[in-house]
Amino acid sequence: MSADRTQIAKQFIEAIPHSRALGMKLLSVGEGSAEISMAYDERFVGDPSTGVLHGGAVSALMDTCGGAAVMSHPDAQAGTATIDLRIDYMRPATPGQTIVAQASCYHVTRSVAFVRAVALDDDRERPVASATGAFTFAPAKTGGGKK
Amino acid sequence: MRRPAPEPVQVVKQRRDAALAALVDGVPYIRYLGITFERRGDELTGTLPFSDLLIGNPTLPALHGGATAAFLEVTALIELSWSILWADIETGKVDATKLDPDKMPRMPKTIDFTVDYLRTGLPRDAYARARVNRSGRRYASVHVEAWQDNRSRLFAQATGHFLMPEVNG
Repeated sequence: MSADRTQIAKQFIEAIPHSRALGMKLLSVGEGSAEISMAYDERFVGDPSTGVLHGGAVSALMDTCGGAAVMSHPDAQAGTATIDLRIDYMRPATPGQTIVAQASCYHVTRSVAFVRAVALDDDRERPVASATGAFTFAPAKTGGGKK
Repeated sequence: MRRPAPEPVQVVKQRRDAALAALVDGVPYIRYLGITFERRGDELTGTLPFSDLLIGNPTLPALHGGATAAFLEVTALIELSWSILWADIETGKVDATKLDPDKMPRMPKTIDFTVDYLRTGLPRDAYARARVNRSGRRYASVHVEAWQDNRSRLFAQATGHFLMPEVNG
């Protein structure tokens, strides 16, 4: 991925109001993959007695990262929308630590991109959550196709 | 034979509203998103008031899928916690007026959550209601539906599985 394209993707993702409100930062994009971080923030806590982040904040991060992975696919033409997203919460995220989501498209058809993602805190060996989703996909028209 | 007089309505309302407030008010992320709950008897309806910060696609504009997912998960969790708490406050096992939002007992934990996005979330308020389909000793399954203008045109729905809190934990 060229530095140029990464910069464009970064500006695009970080300009989404909700992603920006949650403090998401695009760390890298590949060809159909993306990595986005979300710093710990006390406003996003779900359990005040432990300080653990709410699952909803992790869902928002996974959804954004999945969408970024789809848009970074070399055949993708335009934006995308989530069709469905399933999240498995494997353990509570450690309070105070930044969450990093990594998503990739493992298969794309003419209309759908299938995405897998994980969310990690500082302990990279044990994911906090994992997700699978389907996103709308509009491939770029290539030679011979209708305009 | 005389039956005891029914409880005065304000006593019943105060108890139930105090229990609901204790569940909802202590959670920072619910406050951050501005989600509120209305109660009719034991039925809860969540409201996600529209804010520009919830936008995921500025050109449409449309709600962010993550904001929708969070709203559904919050509603499912509150409904399930409420159904557990309801029995305890109505039987007098838990004193609703002494509940501390920062130390709520018996909160379920999400195991998994699956969201279907049915329509674009429009830039306006959204509503959601959840239904506990199965609530066992260890696990629960909860379905939740969200709509905007029209109750019968859902824009998203979800099913989640939850780990129930330990009874004496």
